[in-house]
Amino acid sequence: MTNLTTIPIHYYLIFCSVLFSIGVFGVLIKRNVLVILMSIELMINSINLLLAAFSTYTNDPAGQIFVFFIMVVAAAEVAIGLAIVVLIYRTTHSIDINILNKLKW
Amino acid sequence: MKIILILIPLLPFLGFLILGLGFSSIPRKATSYIGAGTILISFILSLFIFLNFHNSAISPPHYLATSLPQYFATSPPHYLFSWISIGQLQIPFSFLIDPLSLLMMLMVTGVSFIIHVYSIGYMKDDPGYNRFFSYMNLFVFFMLLLVMGANYPIMFIGWEGVGLCSYLLIGFWFKNHDYNNAAKKAFIMNRIGDLGFLLGMFLIFTTFNSLDFREIFARAKLMEPGNPILITITLLLFMGAVGKSAQIPLYTWLPDAMAGPTPVSALIHAATMVTAGVYMIARSNILYVLSPLTMEIMGVTALATALFAASIAVLQNDIKKILAYSTISQLGYMFLGLSAGAFTGAMFHLTTHAFFKALLFLAAGSVIHALGGAQDIRKMGGLRSRLPKTYWTFLIATIAIAGIPPLSGFFSKDEILLHLFEHNVTWWILAFAGSALTAFYMFRLLYLTFFRNFRGSDQQKHHLHESPAVMTIPLIILAVLAALGGLLNIPAVFGGGSWLTGFLAPVFADAVALSVPPATVSHATEWLLMATTLTGCLVMVFWAWRRYVKQAKGLLPDDAKRSLVVQLVSKKYYIDELYDFLFVKPALWLSRFLHQVVELRFIDRIVNGVGQVVVWTGNTVRYVQTGNVGFYMFIMILGIILILFFNILI
Amino acid sequence: MFSPYIFHFLSIMALFSAVMVLASKKPIHSVLFLTMTFFAIAGHYVLLNAQFLAVVHVIVYAGAIMVLFLFTVMLLNLNKDERSPKPIWVKIMALIAGGMLMLTLIGVFRGYDIRLAQDPMTAQIGLVKNLGKILYHDYLLPFEMSSVLFLTAMVGAVLLGKKEQI
Repeated sequence: MTNLTTIPIHYYLIFCSVLFSIGVFGVLIKRNVLVILMSIELMINSINLLLAAFSTYTNDPAGQIFVFFIMVVAAAEVAIGLAIVVLIYRTTHSIDINILNKLKW
Repeated sequence: MKIILILIPLLPFLGFLILGLGFSSIPRKATSYIGAGTILISFILSLFIFLNFHNSAISPPHYLATSLPQYFATSPPHYLFSWISIGQLQIPFSFLIDPLSLLMMLMVTGVSFIIHVYSIGYMKDDPGYNRFFSYMNLFVFFMLLLVMGANYPIMFIGWEGVGLCSYLLIGFWFKNHDYNNAAKKAFIMNRIGDLGFLLGMFLIFTTFNSLDFREIFARAKLMEPGNPILITITLLLFMGAVGKSAQIPLYTWLPDAMAGPTPVSALIHAATMVTAGVYMIARSNILYVLSPLTMEIMGVTALATALFAASIAVLQNDIKKILAYSTISQLGYMFLGLSAGAFTGAMFHLTTHAFFKALLFLAAGSVIHALGGAQDIRKMGGLRSRLPKTYWTFLIATIAIAGIPPLSGFFSKDEILLHLFEHNVTWWILAFAGSALTAFYMFRLLYLTFFRNFRGSDQQKHHLHESPAVMTIPLIILAVLAALGGLLNIPAVFGGGSWLTGFLAPVFADAVALSVPPATVSHATEWLLMATTLTGCLVMVFWAWRRYVKQAKGLLPDDAKRSLVVQLVSKKYYIDELYDFLFVKPALWLSRFLHQVVELRFIDRIVNGVGQVVVWTGNTVRYVQTGNVGFYMFIMILGIILILFFNILI
Repeated sequence: MFSPYIFHFLSIMALFSAVMVLASKKPIHSVLFLTMTFFAIAGHYVLLNAQFLAVVHVIVYAGAIMVLFLFTVMLLNLNKDERSPKPIWVKIMALIAGGMLMLTLIGVFRGYDIRLAQDPMTAQIGLVKNLGKILYHDYLLPFEMSSVLFLTAMVGAVLLGKKEQI
């Protein structure tokens, strides 16, 4: 029954850090708005997993409740984000992030 | 007992609230009743407490084993509520009822009531009728706080409050610019004095760790005479008294304060508020007895003031200004009495002065009323037959102030002079000269106003009338008081019992015990002194009569050519001009300098410069906002890395 | 007994598919790799005995969000190569930044240790019954508020997606 105790919490920490960094890297290099949104989802997922891991390891259900709420927010965010992407595509016929640089100075 | 004590100051305050909040919607008749009625009830309550107190003083409760002075000295203040409580600083809101405050309470409420009744007639046609009575009631409230307070802060509330009311009432006819300036002058000059009072209070607290009269005096009693701290405290408090009681060098506001309605001059600037300084010093008698240096300074100041103001009064032509200078001079006598250690004498003179000076002002108000507002005595004359009641009351008051027996002024002034003689003969001679001057200028005023022929316009002559009963009855009451006030303290030399001395003895007991007993003079010397003063006065009265009635002098217009000395005196020694040159002009110049150089050249530039720097920075840095989301993201990640990095480091 | 192996397997799968999300040229491939990542993470949840979360995760991410992405890609016909990829120095910079972030995060977490209060498997906090109770007791208000959030998001999405000018 000690299947979990054999996995130290470091493993989760390192795994989630790497996943998060991949998400950040994606946001930085990609020009496609859709892929950037996906990278953001990657980051959110890494955080969620870490929360759930800590929740289980410290035996505190609040962490898992938080994951649940984060999922709610993420879903809403994706819905709105994709709606905006659609709108952008309609007006500019492109989803290149570099076109969206009108909001400056 | 306690509820009565609370009611005494509270009733005038209620009157103020009702009249002040109701303002013009309350009918005039109701205003009169509320305004004067609340004061009357306060007076009756004060009288009740006085009788209660007096009886218990005559036949003390059997359980009192201690002697009477101790009884008064130890009976606790009447605690109402805790007012300020910060660490060591505990200031309760409490009233101290002892003979001194009782005397003042009776005097304040009594004289105020009479003047309120008089005002009903005097202010009859004024549009600000309600406002006037609300201010007057507020004044009485503050004055009562001043005399009843059991510690310096409460006295200070009253002190500032009466200053405020004085300001409001001097500038009562605020449409006149000069009157407003006079009000401001009074207020600012009082501020200078109040600064001294405040500093004195701070020093008292740091020295005695208390502000309660009883505790301070009990501790001060044990101190060495001439202690520099005590001298500083008393000098600072005296500075406050100088401002409030219009002594040199802060006296110039009082003549200007005559801009207010005449009842105001009578109540605030003659009978009550200006005597607050005397009361305060009499209250702090122990501190003063232990600081001989302060007493000397006070004596010199007071003597100078008494003579100086009297000499100015001789050549003034405005009926109220003469009375104002007379008030300053008489206040000088009170301080002179205090400095000679004659605390009772000073309080006695304060009381009688309240009677006859209030009477003088009210009678002058009656004259002004009859003449439709004219105040120049050169345009008066011959009013004796037209205003008989005013004339007779004015005459009584003049005799009283001149110090002719058996009217009140004689006894009180004589007591002060006697103490002075015991204290310092030179001072006595100068005070005697001042007293003779007083007789001269007062009779000059009387002769020019009421004797010979009327010199005003025909229209005024036609209009001349005696004031209504509501104004003359207060005059008569005050005349009786001014005539008989001396009975309060008939000295032993006349076979009197010196009732007031006995009554106030508990308050001044410690001070008398601490001060060096003066060489007492024999009754023969006393008689001689009285005869000297009386002769001096009578000579002056006769001279004034010769000069102003027989020879009909003193009617020169303002711009007439006069000798240098006369010119100097009639222009009030150019003190106002001197102050203007010494303080007002430099202050204005400094303000202009600060405005044009410091403010415009430095401060404004710094402020504008900060704005310009911000605008410039914004203009430059805004190009960082490239609009490129990747760039923002990059910067954000750099930020996160930095934060985490520092997190590791720390 | 097997859990370390399962953990490693799931982790490698998740990381591989995450990298592939970025490496794919076509958005549709990215979406499919993303789905793989999600499933791997769902496996992680099961491994943590957080069954409720695992189910919700599959429903929300692999179900709703993934479908949304796919619809967007297909409806807009976006499935084509990026016309001009970012210059190489941007990629290097991004790699450095991302790598630094990763190193810093690992550095921060290094030496972090939690003493287990009890055996996680017996805690059973991740079960539906347990979480449901907490959700409807302690977190009732946020739970209800999240429904309002959804409603708002729905209205917003509809409003944004309408053809007419807003």
